[in-house]
Amino acid sequence: MANFWASYAWPTVLTAAEVLAVIVPLLVAIAYLTYAERKVLAAMQLRKGPNVVGPFGLLQPFADGLKLFIKETVIPSGANRVVFILAPVLTFTLSLIAWAVIPFAQGVVIANINVGLLYLFAISSLGVYGIIIAGWASNSRYAFLGALRSAAQMVSYEVAAGFVLVTVLLCAGSLNLSKIVLAQRHIWFAVPLLPMFVVFYISGLAETNRTPFDLPEGESELVAGYFVEYSAMAFALFYLGEYGNILLVSAMSSVLFLGGWLPPFPVAPFTWVPGPLWFAFKVAVLAFGFLWVRATFPRFRYDQLMRLGWKVFLPLSLGWLVLTAGVLLVLGWLPAH
Amino acid sequence: MIVEAIAFYIFAAVAVGAGVGVIAARNPIHSVLFLILAFFSSAGLFVLMGAEFLAMILVIVYVGAVAVLFLFVVMMLDIDFRRLRSGFMRYLPVGAGIGILLFAELVLVFASSEAPRAALPSALARGGASISNTRALGEILYTRYIIAFEGAGLILLVAMIGAIVLTLRRRPDLRRQKVPEQLARRKEDSLEVVKVPIGEGIS
Repeated sequence: MANFWASYAWPTVLTAAEVLAVIVPLLVAIAYLTYAERKVLAAMQLRKGPNVVGPFGLLQPFADGLKLFIKETVIPSGANRVVFILAPVLTFTLSLIAWAVIPFAQGVVIANINVGLLYLFAISSLGVYGIIIAGWASNSRYAFLGALRSAAQMVSYEVAAGFVLVTVLLCAGSLNLSKIVLAQRHIWFAVPLLPMFVVFYISGLAETNRTPFDLPEGESELVAGYFVEYSAMAFALFYLGEYGNILLVSAMSSVLFLGGWLPPFPVAPFTWVPGPLWFAFKVAVLAFGFLWVRATFPRFRYDQLMRLGWKVFLPLSLGWLVLTAGVLLVLGWLPAH
Repeated sequence: MIVEAIAFYIFAAVAVGAGVGVIAARNPIHSVLFLILAFFSSAGLFVLMGAEFLAMILVIVYVGAVAVLFLFVVMMLDIDFRRLRSGFMRYLPVGAGIGILLFAELVLVFASSEAPRAALPSALARGGASISNTRALGEILYTRYIIAFEGAGLILLVAMIGAIVLTLRRRPDLRRQKVPEQLARRKEDSLEVVKVPIGEGIS
């Protein structure tokens, strides 16, 4: 019995505690990202934004959450009930489970697996299911059109993002995210791979269906796109899932290109700040970029979106991959095993 | 070990159940969703065997790409569910026959010889558990099976080019956006400021 406790029960309790220690701050961050978005957009449009609930409107996310929680969940009579409910749950779950492999500091990670990069890519490639089955299960034209657009868009941009990941992998010599961060001790990958960083960030905008690539929602032509039939908590899960994905893409970008928890320079004033704070700061800056872009750019036309993905990003990332491989090989900079 | 065994039976049971669901579900969309669940459970089984690279590739390629296109096509089709079900009993023997054949082949491979283990090159045997299976796979594919591997890549490339050639249509009447031309356009090329004499106009 003691053996059982030591070898199974205690690790299980420990893992559950670790998961909670990541998920709870993450949920708070997601809630305040929605607040930050409204405040940032308001500031950029010379408005005040939410300022009534609590000081500076700081309790607004909780008021919104409570409102969505006590609303009635409406399931359309023509909908496929099980799949209809499954879709938002899937979206939200996928935006959370990817955090299992994100390193917050040296050794501070829930699952330090060998293939962390592939795991992230796999999870982000599953994100399309939540949207596509939501659109189908709603049994509504608008939702279905939104889902079809979204599926085409996410699959297209994933191809370019995949090549970016391979480039990073070449430079780091490992699929383990902690090792990728440590490989950036001397120089962040954003410096030599700047075009790849930009491609990855913009692909992230497209994969999270954010402006200027928010055609799946396209309120001017599709009402609200794939979640037009959703209400109350089912809608809230989509909403939170979207913001969770923004944070996830920001976290991925900062781990792969901006040195994760590493300070910009390994000298005195920078090293005083602990690693997790650096990481959080980088994620916050990148997430702010998402909000800034939303306030700045109009929506792409659909053919422009496809053109950018297939005719610009794909050749660029493919070419840069070959160039990186060549440079590393010729100069003998290939990471040693 | 008990936990691994429990996990194995859960994944295996879900995989088999989802496989049955694929052919038993009435709605083709549900069939595809069951297929995805089956892929996922197989990925779980790969992880239990320590083949995490294969598990991730299975999820990325089959679940993330192939099944999405599958779902896409099935959703777009206008399917008569009743007609789809009518051939079920007729095709069942064929499907069962193929299944039994594949199963027999697997049994033959694993029971008759040490072939699968003997096929592993010395690199993997040398490295033992210390070498990650991503690297081991790479070392096998790019040394011992390089011709088969590159050949498979070449066949896929030909298939891709073939698909593009088959579906490419030239439509001369279409007005396309030409981004370089738009960017190269200057104010002098498109704007002209003229003084118009009153009562005369310009032509």
